[in-house]
Amino acid sequence: MYTKEKKLLSVNKLAIDFETKKGTVRAVENVSFDLQKGEIIALVGESGSGKSVTAYSILNLLDANGSMPLGEIIYDGMPIHKATQAKLKEIRGREISMIFQNPMSTLNPIRKVGQHLRDMIRNHGYASWSNIEKEIDKLLKQVEIHDLDRVKNAYPFELSGGMCQRVMIALALACRSRLLIADEPTTGLDVTTQKSIMDLIKSLAKEEGLAVILITHDLGIAAEYCDKFVVMEKGKVVESNSRLDFFSKSKHPYTKKLLLATPSKEGKVEDLTLEKPSYLNISEPEISEKPLLVVEGLRKTFIKKTGSFLSFVKGKEKREEFIAVKESSFSIYSGECVGLVGGSGSGKSTTSRMLARLDDASAGKIIFDGVVISDISSNDFIKHPYRKDIQMVFQDPTGSLNPRHTVFDLIAEPLKRLGESFNKNYLGQKVESLMLQVGLPIEFMTRLPHQLSGGQKARVGIARAIALNPKFLILDEPTSALDVSVQATVLQLLEKLRRELGLSYLFVSHDLHVVKMLSQRILVMKEGVIVEQGETSKVMHSPEHSYTKQLMSSIPIIKEKLAIEAAL
Amino acid sequence: MNSQTIKQDNIAQQLRYLVGQNLLSSISLILFGVYVFIALTGSYWVPYDPLESNTTIALQGPSSQHFFGTDHLGRDVFSRVIVATRLDLGIALAAVSISFFVGTFLGALAGYYGGWYERLIGRLADIVLAFPLFVLAMGIVAVMGNSLINVIYATAIINIPFYIRISRAEVSLQRDRQYVQAALLSGNSHFRTLLFHILPNCLPNLIVQISINMGWAILNAAGLSFIGLGVRPPVAEWGILVAEGADYIISGQWWLVLFPGVVLMLAVFTFNLVGDTLRDLADPQKRK
Repeated sequence: MYTKEKKLLSVNKLAIDFETKKGTVRAVENVSFDLQKGEIIALVGESGSGKSVTAYSILNLLDANGSMPLGEIIYDGMPIHKATQAKLKEIRGREISMIFQNPMSTLNPIRKVGQHLRDMIRNHGYASWSNIEKEIDKLLKQVEIHDLDRVKNAYPFELSGGMCQRVMIALALACRSRLLIADEPTTGLDVTTQKSIMDLIKSLAKEEGLAVILITHDLGIAAEYCDKFVVMEKGKVVESNSRLDFFSKSKHPYTKKLLLATPSKEGKVEDLTLEKPSYLNISEPEISEKPLLVVEGLRKTFIKKTGSFLSFVKGKEKREEFIAVKESSFSIYSGECVGLVGGSGSGKSTTSRMLARLDDASAGKIIFDGVVISDISSNDFIKHPYRKDIQMVFQDPTGSLNPRHTVFDLIAEPLKRLGESFNKNYLGQKVESLMLQVGLPIEFMTRLPHQLSGGQKARVGIARAIALNPKFLILDEPTSALDVSVQATVLQLLEKLRRELGLSYLFVSHDLHVVKMLSQRILVMKEGVIVEQGETSKVMHSPEHSYTKQLMSSIPIIKEKLAIEAAL
Repeated sequence: MNSQTIKQDNIAQQLRYLVGQNLLSSISLILFGVYVFIALTGSYWVPYDPLESNTTIALQGPSSQHFFGTDHLGRDVFSRVIVATRLDLGIALAAVSISFFVGTFLGALAGYYGGWYERLIGRLADIVLAFPLFVLAMGIVAVMGNSLINVIYATAIINIPFYIRISRAEVSLQRDRQYVQAALLSGNSHFRTLLFHILPNCLPNLIVQISINMGWAILNAAGLSFIGLGVRPPVAEWGILVAEGADYIISGQWWLVLFPGVVLMLAVFTFNLVGDTLRDLADPQKRK
């Protein structure tokens, strides 16, 4: 065949069916794309779009109830959609490798990294006893791991997420795979780690000729690293284009919606959707003269006590101190949104928990509305009148809703505990108006959380938080678990509520681009220290601290986006 | 609001679905229903008085008059087995309720507050579990006196550690979920959060334990009576029936042991299986 030389993989009009209780469901339909050596192709789509299933089908890794009734997958001239299990086993790992979203759980926790590599190399016969260690060292160096001895003798849980992902890539390279399928390889990693992993994948593609299928929900990453784009929606390919055409010629409304919803460096929150949100005619709430919340020298240390029972009795336990938050000071005015940005382990969650009075501070003051609330212990604060003024929206929309409570119970809970009235009619009306305010249909009142979508759950969480008319709301990564288009609507909702109710927010997130859209001021936190704070525009345009600069440069941006926005 | 009726409807639907899904769980549910029915109504429709002796018909095999035959005093074994159901299930239910409430509460405290609560309660459970449990139950009854209530206490005490362990593990898992923090932010005290938010979410696994425990408790009560502790003859009780019949196996009167034994075995079997079915009912995630 004349195409054999060029195309490494070609997927033709593929369809995937799943047998379920309700009959056969077609998960993916009419998917076609080609991939060449050294190319990176992005399968982009939101959750449930069929992008992962498509990629899994290439290795025939579908669940037992899945089948491929139509279409073909040709790998290197060989139709692998009808290959036997024995043949597939040969191809998996040796020709095509896969890396997954959570590298920590993909590596066997009781085997050292070196053992993983040794097994892989020996099983596929690429090295003998004499040169295996050399081979491993070479691989680890290839994925930019330099303290070889430590990593080889480490168990997966002793390494960071980014390191584990590198080891996974090393495993893929160990057998000289020619195709790498990366399923959201950087979700859950810090932006700086994300950048280094993606840079590594890209350099392997360019230098070693590795073909890569990158499955991602993040158009930003795709735009930064990929040569070809396949956009999927509800199991169908809506757009398939090369890099050049993708940004200039993409026509499908879904692609446009995705492009719009992806946060960019300059974008504003009202630009995230095609229709302009209605809150624009509400004027900005007045920012008070006096700060609503003042934080002075806030500090949190965790103490780990070690020692025997005897030393406990004698009071001679060893104490190990871990500083989560170091002397941080800032203030928040009413009607203002302040962003708190930092990587994982930077202490931003601990800070927000202390401000929410779920945790006690080790030192420092929190002054709310003129009252030093850090003097009230977190146990006593539950019954304090200020409890209803400080509320929180949580990161995980699923985990933060009690799975046994209906939407009504969930929203009414704070009203019952801290509100003025237990009256059933009053509660019903109040919950109804709250649901309308956050854009939830009233029929959902009797639903349980697992019957709602991610965005709807996030709305329930917000409705619950504003039920008591708080003055100050802590938003702890409220959109990080949501798809971008849902994130866009939730961010607009938050902006609307701030303008309508004159709320103050502390918006905690790892994503600078999301934070900056809502915030007037930004705090950047690193290893428990606030390294930079200032007006949003100033921090975005002329960051002072090197960490802020590093954060800014790590976030993938769609450079072409500005042009598209102009065109629209 | 008619939310209550909707909810019941859902459970009925769910039951139908479960029965359709799994033959074993439907059998266990039917058997469970039969046992409950017998326990509640058995004493009103048994053909003979379980205590009335008539030596002229002693030790007769199963017949159309006496389905399970008669014992050495001419009492109807069928009537005795049926009437014993209420007593045996009653002992088990009372014992399991006590151990469920006490054990779950202690375990929840240990799991939620940690620290000294956890150390003390954990060691308590370990101490009880360090004994061979049946021997411990024998000891308790022997020391406290040979009475029905003491059999219940003894059975309850040996089952408490299992609830402590399960609820401690479950609670310490649930404690870190964000809905717990949300409950605290809504103005629930720690204790209230534990009771009304965390514990209901631990129920699915506890319910399985309840059901398995019911089986054990029935065996335990029957076992105590069998060796002469606890319920005493002439009261009809499965353990006593088996014990009395045991003397006659050698002389060929097999029905005295077989029928109470089979009924006892089926009861244990039923309660073990029903647990799995109940767990699926108690878990809202599986209620589609």
